Amino acid sequence: MKVASSGSPKKQLGNRVYDWIDGRFNIRGLTTYMSHKVVPVHGHSAFYYFGGLTLFFFLMQVATGILLLMYYRPGADSAYESVRFIISDVSFGWLVRALHSWSANLMILMAFLHMFTVYFTQAYRKPREMTWLTGAGLLGLVLIFGFSGYLLPWNELSFFATRVGTGMVRSIPILGDYLMVVLRGGEEVTGATIGRFFGLHVAIMPALFSMLLAVHLLFVQRQGMSEPLSWQAKETQSKRFMNFFPNFIYRDLLLWLVALNVLALLAVLFPDGVGVVHWPLGDKADPFSPPPEVIRPEWYFMFAFQTLKLIPGRVLFMEGELFGVLVLSAGGIIWALVPFLDRASQHGRLSRLWVGFGVVVVTFIIVMTILGYVIK
Amino acid sequence: MRVPVKIILCLFIWAIMPAVARPDAGTNQCISCHQEIESEDGPAHVFVRDIHFQKGLGCQDCHGGNPALDDMEAVRTSTGYRGVPDRLAIPEFCARCHGDAGFMHEHNPSLPVDQLSKYKTSVHGMRLLQHKDRKVATCVSCHTSHRIADARMPYSTTYPTNLPSTCGACHSNQSYMAEYGIPTDQEAKYRESVHGKALLVKKDNSAPVCNDCHGNHGAAPPGASSLSAVCGMCHAVEAHLYDLSPHKVAFQQQGLPMCETCHSNHDIEKPSDSLIGLGANQLCANCHNPDDQNSAPRQIDSVRVYLARITAAADSAVRQVREAGVKGMMITDEEFTLKEIDQNRIQIRSSIHAFSADSLVPYVKDGMTKSMTVKTEAAALINEYYFRRWGLGISSIIITLLALALFLKIRSIGK
Repeated sequence: MKVASSGSPKKQLGNRVYDWIDGRFNIRGLTTYMSHKVVPVHGHSAFYYFGGLTLFFFLMQVATGILLLMYYRPGADSAYESVRFIISDVSFGWLVRALHSWSANLMILMAFLHMFTVYFTQAYRKPREMTWLTGAGLLGLVLIFGFSGYLLPWNELSFFATRVGTGMVRSIPILGDYLMVVLRGGEEVTGATIGRFFGLHVAIMPALFSMLLAVHLLFVQRQGMSEPLSWQAKETQSKRFMNFFPNFIYRDLLLWLVALNVLALLAVLFPDGVGVVHWPLGDKADPFSPPPEVIRPEWYFMFAFQTLKLIPGRVLFMEGELFGVLVLSAGGIIWALVPFLDRASQHGRLSRLWVGFGVVVVTFIIVMTILGYVIK
Repeated sequence: MRVPVKIILCLFIWAIMPAVARPDAGTNQCISCHQEIESEDGPAHVFVRDIHFQKGLGCQDCHGGNPALDDMEAVRTSTGYRGVPDRLAIPEFCARCHGDAGFMHEHNPSLPVDQLSKYKTSVHGMRLLQHKDRKVATCVSCHTSHRIADARMPYSTTYPTNLPSTCGACHSNQSYMAEYGIPTDQEAKYRESVHGKALLVKKDNSAPVCNDCHGNHGAAPPGASSLSAVCGMCHAVEAHLYDLSPHKVAFQQQGLPMCETCHSNHDIEKPSDSLIGLGANQLCANCHNPDDQNSAPRQIDSVRVYLARITAAADSAVRQVREAGVKGMMITDEEFTLKEIDQNRIQIRSSIHAFSADSLVPYVKDGMTKSMTVKTEAAALINEYYFRRWGLGISSIIITLLALALFLKIRSIGK
């Protein structure tokens, strides 16, 4: 308390508040823990920031999503009109929608980059198997966020893309038809589907995501940053570290400010998106109008969509679409279980097999995505 | 080879023999024989695409005779043989079925059965039946004889886009039409007219073609008194306003046709505001003079001023909205209002046919108000665009300064 008594009145007040909180919640233990936490410094340290950037864009999603929620009205007769009202009449509504859409796309991009950097540095290895699994779960939830949010403006493109997307569920044997009806709230994509997707997008998914995110962050904080295999083998004297607080946190914040600037730039200059990443409101969904010439999913689903398109109508004894869904699902499951399958990294060795698998997966995703946009 | 095996073999060979080798009572011998002796575009070849053939009718249903016979001489002497009708008899020949309400009801209830009676009232029908003029059009001249198609089919000779050529086959032929003393440039004029371009270039099948004004089976040139009724079938508002206007009486007194006096007939041009006025090449100057002592010069001038005002206001609004759109602003509402202004201008141009400047005033006022409103809205959108740019610039500077401060802090505390 000597410091408090000798400091400025402002500092005295700060210390008193800190002491007041500490007296009730014992946060001194937490700050002491954080002050001892260090982050390895090496050639791939930049990879550590992708997780933070994903978190930043998620927070932007929450903030802008809440604002949109104040004006958005789900329903076949009101969804499109309310989004149009948000864009054209609500003060800064256009900006909020643009920020929401841009941050959604950037969040998914960062999540993918985070996942691949973790994969190729074998950061999933023991003791971080569960951190990897929760991360994979979070990516899955992010994709469902994207899919459910796409329908909500109830415009022509979103309607037909959702009809194609939900129709794919039908290829699942026995349960396919039933699952599609559950998903759509009926045989067709209607106002009932908006209700379901809206509930999923603003209540169920945020709840699940927040819980899983809390667990993921807890694991990261508890286990600290993973050290690359090559770096781990170095002598202790030649290893360099930085303090998590404030050094790493400040860098993280600096990057968040840069991301905010980029986000603002994109949202103002391209409020409807640009190139293949675009979300113009266009015309209202009309189930009786002919579908647009080209129906494409969002860029992050394109590789799966293109794969299903290229598979022949019948493979072996099953329908091509079902075969595709099964292969992609199996690929996803193997990807999620890599920490348990890659024995070499568990023993501190690099597995050429699993690095090769990762390269094949990344190449496959990139090639299929490009083909999806090139092939009409 | 044992006997049962021989029997089975014989049966097998008989079964795989080509079907043509076996006589079939159902085969149409008319088509079989005539296809052999006719060229590729002969009646027997093209008839298989004829609507009558597709509906199940055969040669014998028009020409009579027994189609099962493969001897032509025998066919000619068989029951009901009618052969090829004389040109003068063609209308009656077709009307045997097409004038029979009971028969047509069975095959195509939507078709009228009064074609023959209408034809008899037409110029074509009267010349054929009363003057025995074999050159005038009969049923087959327009519909063909063996390649008749539903008029709704694009390959039909009576499909709207084909009709100018069908009528023009005779009416554009100078030597063929020489003895009738009527012009032969109707088709050429029509093709260049606003109606012709709408039909033939824009493929708008609702645009009028020859038969929409002249009728088809009862084809006759509309007289001066009936012209507004013909044009008024589509241009109902203009015809109604004209009927109430002082021009109706004036034109009647001078024996002038109604619409045709200003718009002509086959070569109707797309009307434009510049046609109104008393200057050279302006329509009103055909009858009116700037020195006239009546109210006409003042009325004409007022109409010109109204048209110029609304056009200038609308064009200015369009430019402003377009600029806002180019800047990426949402202009859906403004575009909707622009369509309303367009509608307003159409109403003004229609109202000109009342030939009273006062009748334009409510539409002009409405259009001017809407133009001003949408222009103000578009200007606000353009201002909003610049506000967004300034906002972005200021926020960017603030965020960059914060980032810079943080960067300096990071450098000061080192790694």
